[in-house]
Amino acid sequence: MNLHEYQAKELLKKFNVPVQEGFACTTVHEAEEAYRQIKNQFGSNFAVVKAQIHAGGRGKGAIKENGINGVKVGKNLEDIQDFAKKILGGTLVTLQTGPAGKLVKKILVAQDMYYDGPSPRKEFYLSILLDRTKGQNVIMYSTEGGMNIEEVAHNTPEKIFKEWVHPGGGLLGFQARRIAFNLGLSGEAFKNCVKFVTNLYNAYVGLDCSMLEINPLFKAADDKIVAVDCKMNLDDNALMRHTDLNSLRDLSEEDPTEVEAGQFNLNFVKLDGNVGCMVNGAGLAMATMDMIKLSGGEPANFLDVGGTANAQTVEAGFKIILKDPNVKAILINIFGGIVRCDRVAQGVIDAYQNMGNISVPIIVRLQGTNAVEAKKLIDESGLKVQSAILLSEAADLVKKAVA
Amino acid sequence: MSILVNKNSKILVQGFTGTEGTFHASQMIEYGTNVVGGITPGKGGSTHLDRPVFNTVSDGVKATGANVSIVFVPPAFAADAVMEAADAGIALVVCITEGIPVQDMVKVKNYLVGKETRLIGPNCPGIITADEAKVGIMPGFVFIKGRIGIVSKSGTLTYEAADQVAKAGLGISTAIGIGGDPIIGTTTKDAVELFMNDPETDAIVMIGEIGGGMEAEAANWIKATGNKKPVVGFIAGQTAPPGRRMGHAGAIVGGADDTAAAKMKIMTECGIHVVSSPADIGKKMAEILKK
Repeated sequence: MNLHEYQAKELLKKFNVPVQEGFACTTVHEAEEAYRQIKNQFGSNFAVVKAQIHAGGRGKGAIKENGINGVKVGKNLEDIQDFAKKILGGTLVTLQTGPAGKLVKKILVAQDMYYDGPSPRKEFYLSILLDRTKGQNVIMYSTEGGMNIEEVAHNTPEKIFKEWVHPGGGLLGFQARRIAFNLGLSGEAFKNCVKFVTNLYNAYVGLDCSMLEINPLFKAADDKIVAVDCKMNLDDNALMRHTDLNSLRDLSEEDPTEVEAGQFNLNFVKLDGNVGCMVNGAGLAMATMDMIKLSGGEPANFLDVGGTANAQTVEAGFKIILKDPNVKAILINIFGGIVRCDRVAQGVIDAYQNMGNISVPIIVRLQGTNAVEAKKLIDESGLKVQSAILLSEAADLVKKAVA
Repeated sequence: MSILVNKNSKILVQGFTGTEGTFHASQMIEYGTNVVGGITPGKGGSTHLDRPVFNTVSDGVKATGANVSIVFVPPAFAADAVMEAADAGIALVVCITEGIPVQDMVKVKNYLVGKETRLIGPNCPGIITADEAKVGIMPGFVFIKGRIGIVSKSGTLTYEAADQVAKAGLGISTAIGIGGDPIIGTTTKDAVELFMNDPETDAIVMIGEIGGGMEAEAANWIKATGNKKPVVGFIAGQTAPPGRRMGHAGAIVGGADDTAAAKMKIMTECGIHVVSSPADIGKKMAEILKK
């Protein structure tokens, strides 16, 4: 599950991780109030308005309607009003959103961290994620903050440091110190950084994050270490032990069809092709998509119906796939193991009859337990459904359907 | 003998009396698997499916001499169940459970370091040695006895491959579904190595998917050890868009190295017979063995 910056920062504060303070606002009026509070609290006229969407590159991205950037620094109330007006309700297009962009429904009005002081300001990068190969969490960090970390990794790999954390002992004191030293810090900033990293790691584990990225990790002119931005992903498998976090899910940021599929326990990912598919098992589903492509089509979706392919799930699958007007054919590929193919076939027939006339050709490939009986059921149903037993036969039928 | 499990394996079922445990344990017994008992904390001393129920894995091991366990425990408690089995000295733990939190698996992985226990899974269909032992949830009839080993991240794709191998006139020694999660016990390379050393396996089907570096690791190992047995490879997810999770928690394209294309290239360079269509796995294997 992805979180917004403002949500992630609230969670980090519970773990005593210092963040750039701010208020999430949905109206210009709220933004004005937020600005007044920030001005009172921090004694500065400057404040930052940041669009809250689930995509990076907001500062460089622009609102389609008026060209304003998704992150703006204002120096007075008028600026903040102006930015809030232009960003709220606008469509923000960034490198990560694609050309359609994303509607901005919330902004974060936050304190300005780039004030003057006795020591130089610095921007670092730090993220915590899983190293799959080692089976351990790894802290990845760099002195080159505030920019695209993939570019840094590519152009100057020597500037990326990694610290693996042993799950038995957790992040150890010397490791946190090594991170602060490698970032070139000393004095108060060093101490603050050690605390920051230690608490951040606790937050990563405590919240069951699958990814936590702070970019920039900021050293202010008064040696404070703060998270100016935060990208946080939570492990969906672990949400069962964080029921309070479920409410942070922003369904409007997700594809509505995928949300609907989730309600039927269907695992669905929307793609751009012309052949829909419905498959049991994630690996076979991906393999089926590949086969569609090799047969001259393009997969319109990924859809794993799981272990129970019955009339209800098949009907829900049909409805979801057919919402896409580009779909020219649907391939159902079920390998019946524990699930019997004749039952699945009956499910397909029932779903088809419940829905009335389906305008695109349906290809059903059933293999495994009772495959022959299933093919007979389909062939004798009188419906416009083509059947296959071998995967290669199904591929040939797809070829004909898209030709 | 094949690999890891055979007719002499003594199997305990963890989560024995639950719905999933009961159903699949019955199927395993029907297949002829030597299920010697099961674990459900609090129900020790009772009998289920004509077999004894124990409170702890170590009780079960003491009473039966079991050396294999299969885990059907719900996700919140599954990691604990795996570690309990390891603590009791079980040599092979097969974890079927889907949806275990990643941080729990980080703990498990660390716990198993230095122990004799091998873990298969989690989030996998299990392991089957044809006509001897089915320690998993796969449909047994698909796995016709023969001399081809299968290793795969996916359940139904494993059945698909086994079916094609059988239709090509060949058969299966052992098939292992290693699971689709980001952290798993037995890797593709581990399984391939076991097959390479198994006198009852002549050739290997290796099925991978997008995400992670396990297929590349296995491919490099195969080449480095002199391509002792022919390997047919397939990678699912050639059409998967980057950054999206495709069902399996581990199936997500992160960088340039874990795309299907990159993996297929490495595998081909290492002398693996890579097929681009999943429909060609059996056919390819038959072609190679005829030569």
